[in-house]
Amino acid sequence: MNFSVYAYSFLGVLKREFLRFIHQRSRFFSSLVRPLLWLIVFAAGFRAALGLSITPPYQTYITYETYIIPGLACMILLFNGMQSALSMVYDREMGSMRVLLMSPLPRSWLLFCKLFAIALISLIQVYAFYGITLALDIRLPLIGLLYALPALLLTALELGAIGLFLSSKIRQLENFAGVMNFVIFPMFFMSSALYPLWRMRESSEWLYWVCSLNPFTYAVELVRFAMYSQLNLEAFWVTLATTLFFGGMAIIGFRPEKVTGTK
Amino acid sequence: MSIELNAVNFQYGKRQVLHDLTFSLTAGSFNALLGPNGAGKTTLISLLTRLLALQSGSIKIHEDDLRQAPRRIMASLGVVFQQSTLDLDLSVLHNLEYHGALHGLSRQQVKNRALEELARMGLSDRLNDKVRSLNGGHRRRVEIARALLHRPKVLLLDEPSVGLDTRTRLELNEYVRGLCQTHALTLLWTTHLMDEIRPEDHLLVLNKGHLLFADTGTQLLSLTQTHLLSDAFEQITGLRETVI
Repeated sequence: MNFSVYAYSFLGVLKREFLRFIHQRSRFFSSLVRPLLWLIVFAAGFRAALGLSITPPYQTYITYETYIIPGLACMILLFNGMQSALSMVYDREMGSMRVLLMSPLPRSWLLFCKLFAIALISLIQVYAFYGITLALDIRLPLIGLLYALPALLLTALELGAIGLFLSSKIRQLENFAGVMNFVIFPMFFMSSALYPLWRMRESSEWLYWVCSLNPFTYAVELVRFAMYSQLNLEAFWVTLATTLFFGGMAIIGFRPEKVTGTK
Repeated sequence: MSIELNAVNFQYGKRQVLHDLTFSLTAGSFNALLGPNGAGKTTLISLLTRLLALQSGSIKIHEDDLRQAPRRIMASLGVVFQQSTLDLDLSVLHNLEYHGALHGLSRQQVKNRALEELARMGLSDRLNDKVRSLNGGHRRRVEIARALLHRPKVLLLDEPSVGLDTRTRLELNEYVRGLCQTHALTLLWTTHLMDEIRPEDHLLVLNKGHLLFADTGTQLLSLTQTHLLSDAFEQITGLRETVI
């Protein structure tokens, strides 16, 4: 098979995901409402309660709103990654995933196309969110929004890969509700998205260690540093390794002997 | 393009659902896979389409072994599943484009072929309609058009007439038979409805995972000494208590 075959399949998967995204406008708006609620309502309450010292990548005192922006951007990626996993489970239940699995192209390639499409759709939502935060007069380094792009892409791929892996394991749509309680909420709250880890350590040592082991913490820090034109190498390697690990697990999960091994 | 199965077994956990299946289908022929519900028809289709991994035995499609050349085999197969696999919220063209892309076809190639196949099915004017707006018979036709888009040599139809009214079912059956000639396809039509079968068809009768019969309908009538294929089917599958 030549290059054009792979290119057409890539564009085909991309187009389908975009068309589905366009048809689900409510999904787009809810993806923005969620972080905006945190930013406007939650942050207003916490601003007074939480004092933030100057820690890298920040070189001056920042407002709580500014602190949580990278975490909220990653929140959009997290929810979108899981939403896409949910649609994979739905596709499997409805049978339309067979169209994908029946392709003569390698499944690893098809999953990569799917993952990349999910990531691009997530990025559109994140940049729409950034636009709104700027309109709300929250100070963000404009050049940092550009530097953050590769970090956001890697994070979107990481969270999409986790979602794909979960969708290969979850057989029924009803079981996906558990993902909300056991994956999304713990990942988000036990991370540095809403509070710095040193704050977490002050209240609970074990919780601090759990947060330190959470890959989402590293994704948030990768984006946070990138937004201030810095590369957090540790966060980069952890995020890359997590992406490759879950991407590999998803490929194994979608092999024929795994896809419909039980009836 | 011929299909050959040799000693194919399959089990879900400890439950054996296919027992030592061995048969072959001639290139360019219409073949009917018959069996009551739970006979193992869908499992067999899933094995042929690699949705399930082959556990034992071998499957060859025109000398290509499914284990050794899976991608070449997948490129030569067109499939219509029992459960619709169309995306209801996308247009007919977008559904076909997606399938074409997954088979490495360019947008222009897909559009040309889609127009050709849909015209043959009398659906040219529905190209930009959402699939949700089509009736059951038209959706099935779109699925067949999609299955033919990449010019397969083998067409597998897993109970394609389920949920359709009698007239639409028989029209669809007639149309698909015509494809054997026009597209030189080897066709496997899975059903449990006997009015879709003719005495001259090559039949495979499956029951509880066992292949009970593989020959023409005429031979089945002769073997069971019956006049109707429905009677013959009931007799051979034990749905009617008569000893052959």
